[in-house]
This record gives sequence, structure tokens and C-alpha cells, in this order.
Amino acid sequence: MSAPLLQVKAVETYYGNIRALNGVDVEVHRGEIVCLIGANGAGKSTLMMTICGSPQARTGAVMFEGEEITRMPTHEIARLRIAQSPEGRRIFPRMTVFENLQMGASLDNLKYFNEDVEKVFTLFPRLKERQAQRGGTLSGGEQQMLSIARALMARPKLLLLDEPSLGLAPLIVKGIFEAIKKLNKEEGLTVFLVEQNAFGALKLSDRGYVMVNGRVTMSGSGKELLANPEVRAAYLEGGRH
Amino acid sequence: MANIASTSASAGSDLTARALREAVFAGLISLGLFVLFVGLKSDQNIRNELVLNQRWGLLSIFVIVAAVGRFLMVAYVQPAMARRKAAKAEADSVVKEETFFKRHFSKIAIVALIFYPPVILALVGVQGSLKWVDNFGVQILIYVMLAWGLNIVVGLAGLLDLGYVAFYAVGAYSYALLSTYFGLSFWILLPVAGILAAFWGMILGFPVLRLRGDYLAIVTLAFGEIIRLVLINWTEVTKGTFGVSGIAKATLFGIKFDASKDGFAAMMGLSMSSAYYKIFLFYLILALALLTAYVTIRLRRMPIGRAWEALREDEIACRSLGINTVTTKLTAFATGAMFGGFAGAFFAVRQGFVSPESFVFLESAVILAIVVLGGMGSLTGIAIAAAVMIGGTEILRELSFLKAIFGPDFTPELYRMLIFGLAMVVVMVWKPRGFVGSREPTAFLRERKAISGSFTKEGHG
Repeated sequence: MSAPLLQVKAVETYYGNIRALNGVDVEVHRGEIVCLIGANGAGKSTLMMTICGSPQARTGAVMFEGEEITRMPTHEIARLRIAQSPEGRRIFPRMTVFENLQMGASLDNLKYFNEDVEKVFTLFPRLKERQAQRGGTLSGGEQQMLSIARALMARPKLLLLDEPSLGLAPLIVKGIFEAIKKLNKEEGLTVFLVEQNAFGALKLSDRGYVMVNGRVTMSGSGKELLANPEVRAAYLEGGRH
Repeated sequence: MANIASTSASAGSDLTARALREAVFAGLISLGLFVLFVGLKSDQNIRNELVLNQRWGLLSIFVIVAAVGRFLMVAYVQPAMARRKAAKAEADSVVKEETFFKRHFSKIAIVALIFYPPVILALVGVQGSLKWVDNFGVQILIYVMLAWGLNIVVGLAGLLDLGYVAFYAVGAYSYALLSTYFGLSFWILLPVAGILAAFWGMILGFPVLRLRGDYLAIVTLAFGEIIRLVLINWTEVTKGTFGVSGIAKATLFGIKFDASKDGFAAMMGLSMSSAYYKIFLFYLILALALLTAYVTIRLRRMPIGRAWEALREDEIACRSLGINTVTTKLTAFATGAMFGGFAGAFFAVRQGFVSPESFVFLESAVILAIVVLGGMGSLTGIAIAAAVMIGGTEILRELSFLKAIFGPDFTPELYRMLIFGLAMVVVMVWKPRGFVGSREPTAFLRERKAISGSFTKEGHG
């Protein structure tokens, strides 16, 4: 296999003196959907944020397309076409849906805006209906769609999704996961997602990593992990949707 | 039919009776409250003895005001408000058609402002126009421009700046000092003042890049004070508290506004009056303010303006979209400061005198209050707020008839801050987002779609 698109090598990240990530190794190859599952406080979101350079890893390295991005500021990492739908969605509440999407396309200064906006509106027709509405007035699911759509407007090589299912009704989660799958299949978009909803995430993904206390304890294909008795016991029993 | 008429008539007399009753109560309560505070005043007589002055006349005015006010409130204001509320609830389902006046408000306002000086001249004559053009026109427009400048920093980029007056001071002193020491003309120094203020905006910007909200507010407040203290203490250059006086006036394409043979009045065949200079200044500040508005409107539609607004909403999301928050913040500070600098240079040329006293914290507070009252980000709202606040304080100076009631020592303009504060509380209770609280979106897909009302309501999309 060729060199991975994203490679996280022995990364340790600290909050003050507290070690949140303890030597994490993760690889994401082109065209894959990779998920990272784990319990609350395992360090999933920290890994996501470390990839984006805020906070930066204290040791280890983050490589993107073979170049080290460990010490780059967040906005420059974003300019390498690593788009993120951050935890808590973080849409711009007083700006309209349309303006939110414009912000997503600001890397190319709206050069491909018109064609891309049609694409995301086909992917999420709800956003088209709501395009003149202020972001803050959308429902949780619509905000999540907007957050993903805004990330897509940057024409990303790698899409990072931090808990896209958080706080959403199962039916809406299903819709969002389907949209991600579609993007991956039709556009060949590489996706790395962090999820607590282990069942849905593993089913969606080509490969998965399991994180416990700042370490990756297990990895394998989505199917393998779904079948693994330890994973089932820890994350799936009772958690099935 | 007759039945209904009689019930409404009896309801009317009921209301009047209730209003009268409440008016009497209000009068009694205010009598009890004010009898010691207002009715009696302790004073010293010539032998340093304590004497009590009785002020029954003043007390009765207080009581009458309270009683009449309560009567009007109960009998007329409250029913009217209830009716309006009911009418509004009924009309809410109907799509509101904006009136012609509302839709073209800004265009009408600009035209009205352009014709303001000639109309005033025609109405009150050359000498009488001084007060109206200078005190009301120019004074209000200076604050409109300052508030629009601050609006870029506070309203668009969301960076709370309590030291905006510092840039106003930088602009004013840039013009005052460079013109007295080097004899440069206003038209050269106007952009220079803007550039210098923008430069100081960047200087302020760098150390506060990591701060937000309250912390940023405190640092900017300190910055404003530092500039003022430098102006006071750097006496060799700024002449300290004495200020710089005799600042050169502006010229119109080299034509001076003085009594000389080639002055403006002589050339136009008019009798010499300072009113023409004031009218010239009026158009100058009007042009500067409109420039500020134009630039703000244009920038909002450009990437940098969108980035400012996004920055106000969510800094982390901005970074994750590849926006450099450092340059975005610095440009916001610099652009806002530049307009403050322009306004400062204009202030210096208008007064002919600058001293640090004009640039106290209160000025920053007033400008910020105008921005907040008008509705952050809304140019129209801010202009209205400036007209109300600054025009209001100017009107206070005109209320000399109040001396007849409160005695000859009464100076209404001393109550300016009290009224200011009251007005702010009232506006914030009634319209928490300012006069114009809804944000106008900058971009639409194809046709505009109707968006109803404020941001709290759902729009039809």
C-alpha cells in the first residue's frame, strides 16, 4: 500500500501536566473511512484536535501527505485541505446557512462556490430549504449537516468528523452516516471520524481503532472489531441502535 | 346593540375612576417619599447655623407630576399598549409589507442631510444657522462616524474595545501637531492621521490577540488611558493640558474661509460669516461618515468582512476553516482605528484646538453606548442612536425654561449622564439588541427570500 494520507506517530499530547494522549499511532489511507471509538475521556477528541494543531503534540509527529504538520498553526493545517466538523458543530449562529457555507469556501475565495453549493444541497436537501435561515435557528441535526457541509465546501482531501451523532435522534444519525458513506463511495473522500456510537461507526468504517485512556488498544477492520468479544462487551452491548 | 354601547361606556368611566384613584395614591406616595428629600432642605445661614428651607412649591410639582403621570399611564398609555399588542398578535400571521419610507430610509436620510444646511439657512438666516449646523449637524455626524468606525471592531469583529477614543486622539493630535510644526495642509494630513491611527490600532492589536471579552475590554481601556496620559505628560511636544491651539483651518481647493480678498465669502460675493465654514465642515464630515458606511458595507461582502463576522461568532471554527485569526483581528483593529483617526483629524480642524480633556474614557463609553443602543452591526440603528443621544444632549442645553421651575442655578446639561443612563436601561429592556437588532445577511442564493422579524423567530425559507 502507498504511504498513508494521514499518519499519527507516537503522539503524546498534554493539557498542562496531564497527559491526554500516550503514544498514539493511527494511519488513514486515501479513500478510507476510519473511525476511532472509545469511552468518554479516552482522548478521542484530543487526538482530533492534535491533528489540527490545537493543542500541539509534545512528542511524536503528525504527517499529512508525507509532510510533517505537527508544529503548524491550525489555519495553515486547514489550508492543506484537512477540513473538520468540530465537536459541538460550531456553526456560526447569527450568519445564515448560505453565509456559513460561504465561510467554508473561503480558502479558494469562493472560486468553486456555485458548483460546490449545489453538491452539498443535493447531499443535504434540508439545507437548501433552510439556506436563508440563521444557523442558530436550525435543529441539532440540521446544524450537524451544516457543519459537515461547511467542511465539504473547502474541497477537503481529508474530512475529520468529531462525534457527528452527538445528541441527535437515531433516524437523523442514520441519514448523516449514509451521507458520509455516499461521499466516500462517489467522491472517494477520505474520512476520519471519532464516535461514541460504536456500532454505527464501525459498520460505516473500513477500519477502526479503539482508544482507552489515551492509548490505542485495538485496531482492525470494522467487521473484525464488531465481532470482537471485548469490543462488544465494552462498547456495543446495550448500546445498539 | 345599545347594551354593548353602554358596557363600553361604563368600562370607560370605570377606567377613568380607576386612573383617578391610582393617581391619588401615586400623589400620596410621592408626597410621603419627597416631603423630607425635596420639601425641606437643610442649609447654613450667614452665622453658620443650620436652617431648614421649605420648598413647598417644588414639592408640589413633584407630586403633581407623579399623579398626572400615573393618571395618563393608567387611563391612556396602558389601554393603548394593550390594544397595540392585540393588533400585533392579529397581524403577525400576515406578511408585513414594508412601507416606502422604511424601505428607502437610508436614501431618504442621506438626501435630507444633503439639503439640511441650505434649508436651515433659508429658515433661520446666516447667523441663526450656526447653532443648527454646528451643534446639531456636525456634532452628531462626528459621533455617527466614530460609532460607525467602532462598529467595525465591536459590531462586526466582536472585539470589545473600551479605548476607542485613543484613536480619535491620535488622529486629532496627528493633525494638530503636524500642521502646527510643519505647516502641512488638512488634505494631506487627513490620510496621514488615518494611517497613524491604523498603525496604533495594530500596536494595540498585537498584545491583545489572545484576549477576548472582558479581558480584552480591560486592556483596551488601559490603552485609551495610556494615550491620554502620554498626551498630558509629553509636554515638550503636546503642550500637556494646555493643549494645542491655533490649528489651521481646512481649505476648499485652496480657498480659505476667512475675511481676506480671496477668501470664500469674498469670492462668492457673500457677506463674511463663519457659518459658511461650518456648512463646509458639515459637508466634509458628512462625506467622511458616508465613506465609513460605504467601506463597511463593501467590506461586509468581501472575504475579510465575512471573516470578521465569523470571528465574532466562533474563533475556533474560523481557524478550522483556514482563516488566519491574527491578521483578521489586526485588520479589524486597524480599519476601525483608521476611521477614528479621520474623525479625530476632523475634530481638530473643526475646533481649532485640541487638549487631552477631549479624549477621556467617557467619550469611549459614549461611542460604545451608541453602538450598543443602535444595534451592533447595524449602520442605520447606530446613526439613529447617535442622533438621539448626541442630539438629546444638545437639546438639554436649550431647555432654559426649566430654570423657571428649578431655580436659576439649574443647568439641565448636568443631568446628561443621568438621562443617558436611564435611556440605556429603557432601550435595553425594550429592545435588548438595540434599535435595529436583526442582522442583514450579505448573500443569498438567486432570489431573496422573505425573512421575518428578528433573529429569534424562524424565517420562511
